[in-house]
Amino acid sequence: MKHTSKLADIALLIGFAIVVALGPVIFTPIGAGYPDLLQKFAIYGIFAIGFNILFGLTGYLSFGHAAFLGVGSYAAVWSFKLLSMDLLPAVIASVLLAGLLALAIGFISLRRSGIYFSILTLAFAQMCYNMAYSVLTPITNGETGLRVLRNDPRHLDAAFGYVSPMPSLLGLQITGWTGFYICGAVLVAAFGLSIAIFRSPFGMTLRAIKSNQNRMGYTGYSSRPYLLSAFVISGMFAGLAGSLLAATDPLAGAERMQWTASGEVVLMTILGGAGTLLGPVLGTGLIKYFENIFSAYNEQQLTAMFAFLPDGVREAVVKTTGLFVGEGWQLTLGLLFMAVVIFLPGGIMEGINRLLGLKHTPKVKSLGDSPQRDGLGEMVIEEMPPSHGAAEADKKVAEQKNAEKKRAVAP
Amino acid sequence: MIATNDIVLHIDHVHKTFAGLHALADVHLDIREGETHAIIGPNGAGKSTLLNVCVGVLPPTQGKVMFHGTELTGLKPYEINQLGVARVFQTPEIFGDLTVLENVMMAMLSHRDGAFRLKLVSRFDEQGEIGQRAIQALRDRGLGGHIYHLAGALSRGDKRRLELVMGLVQKPKLLLLDEPTAGMARADTNATIEILRQIKESGMTIVIIEHDMHVVFSLADRITVLAGGRVIAQGVPDEIKGNPKVIEAYLGEEQV
Ligand SMILES: Nc1ncnc2c1ncn2[C@@H]1O[C@H](COP(=O)(O)OP(=O)(O)O)[C@@H](O)[C@H]1O
Ligand SMILES: [Mg+2]
Repeated sequence: MKHTSKLADIALLIGFAIVVALGPVIFTPIGAGYPDLLQKFAIYGIFAIGFNILFGLTGYLSFGHAAFLGVGSYAAVWSFKLLSMDLLPAVIASVLLAGLLALAIGFISLRRSGIYFSILTLAFAQMCYNMAYSVLTPITNGETGLRVLRNDPRHLDAAFGYVSPMPSLLGLQITGWTGFYICGAVLVAAFGLSIAIFRSPFGMTLRAIKSNQNRMGYTGYSSRPYLLSAFVISGMFAGLAGSLLAATDPLAGAERMQWTASGEVVLMTILGGAGTLLGPVLGTGLIKYFENIFSAYNEQQLTAMFAFLPDGVREAVVKTTGLFVGEGWQLTLGLLFMAVVIFLPGGIMEGINRLLGLKHTPKVKSLGDSPQRDGLGEMVIEEMPPSHGAAEADKKVAEQKNAEKKRAVAP
Repeated sequence: MIATNDIVLHIDHVHKTFAGLHALADVHLDIREGETHAIIGPNGAGKSTLLNVCVGVLPPTQGKVMFHGTELTGLKPYEINQLGVARVFQTPEIFGDLTVLENVMMAMLSHRDGAFRLKLVSRFDEQGEIGQRAIQALRDRGLGGHIYHLAGALSRGDKRRLELVMGLVQKPKLLLLDEPTAGMARADTNATIEILRQIKESGMTIVIIEHDMHVVFSLADRITVLAGGRVIAQGVPDEIKGNPKVIEAYLGEEQV
């Protein structure tokens, strides 16, 4: 369990950047090599990376992160309308606003932990969603969605005499492959930041909170400001993702804030492996890829696919498979998710680590009181008298194990 | 042994009731600078409860606790720790999912940086000054072989030792130990006595709750005996050994 070296981290970041840069080549064989989809991978990857800083490191499960994504989108569109078609002011506005909202929501929600924290975040996100449709319609334009219009003022652009029909970055239009590479670059930066946070004293403190929040106080730490910082940082990542969503599709609607969107980022993170660096990105890729493939199928395509089957059987097969594709793709997602959680609780990353034989199994078997450990040892300790019991139990179990080993070795 | 008469911890007529049960009744106790003060008493006497009141886990029902003239009552555990009070628990409390080294670094960083400091990108690793000092502290206490193991996987005795290291690296003004040798084999207990003796010699003020009379009489400058939540005797070890009330309430039962 040695700390990974700085060099290994840099190699990981470079490797990641290369994969992103070669994305169009790498993803073409599986039919995902087009800018719109890859762009989505990148944007939701940023969302999940940020979510993982909260959930993966501290274990605090937020069910309301879509609120920050949505607010980021609205802020970006307003920046496109009032300030400039350039991405930079939009990103700044989105990140700041999402951060502020996260500060407010986090401040209140973090007074509780566990399921109560999750429910509070969910409630706040649903409030944001409902307000976007009701009292905030002057800002959000309600169900129609907020869009960029040709005659919006754009004061900054007007001052510089800059005209762009589409959101752009320093004059580059954010469409097609340029759009993907801009989002990809932001993804690489977000990934690098996430590595830095994971390896910082701050990241270690967050993991300590997840491990034993009780101990934090006796070690001299005030947990709340650490948790709030993590919450705000992950909210800012979500705001960043929201502004990129708005830049690639300059129409912001409240559905981006719905609880299903909050749930999706939870799924992406857990599916990939919460608390790992790469997991959230892999989970995002997998979910967005399957969503794209499965939701695209319709009945005609299925009928064509199963044309080789005899008439009666074909209908039945098409009906059944039809449940899992198109609108019903969420059913596939649910099954996939269940399979992963049951067989690979650590997500895809656990699967990869197992394949590579990298899994860290603690070398020392414990008789301690952590609930996951050796049930036998636990019982032995409880039954022993309090003074020297545990150590003797320690020895006894070791002897038993040795004896068992000898028996196993003996022919 | 006692260098000065300065009072480090002043436990002022503390009462603690749990739903009618008088766990502590009018406990009055001064811990002096530089002394090793043992608190003994039968199971359920209120020893752990007394420590819990001192470190802010439990508010006293009545009375107060002063540390170097600062009232601890109402302070949060992290504030009390930042004032310089470190505690080793009866059941080991460690960060089980962190490595042994990280556990110690956590303790060192809070001592250096305070209760909260946002250091987002400065990389920590064992090459740094903190890491090197943490490794040295672990080696000094016989945990050098476990540095990169997950703390949760340590044996119970090693977890205790780790807790002790975590307390010591914070250079506390007062070290509270709740049964530091419980569950240890004789050899380990003797090793722990040796470690505690070194700590004591360094001049640290120590409050130790202990079941094992061998440990108590090897280390304590003064002893307070609790029974049924009350202080029934207090004095230097020789006074306690001969006190009939103590023998009746405690020593007889534990057959020293
Ligand atoms: N949190 C609590 N709630 C209720 N009763 C408690 C609590 N903590 C301790 N007690 C009770 O207070 C008494 C003293 O306990 P404790 O201080 O743990 O004793 P000791 O450490 O001396 O063995 C016991 O009767 C115990 O059951
Ligand atoms: Mg106790």
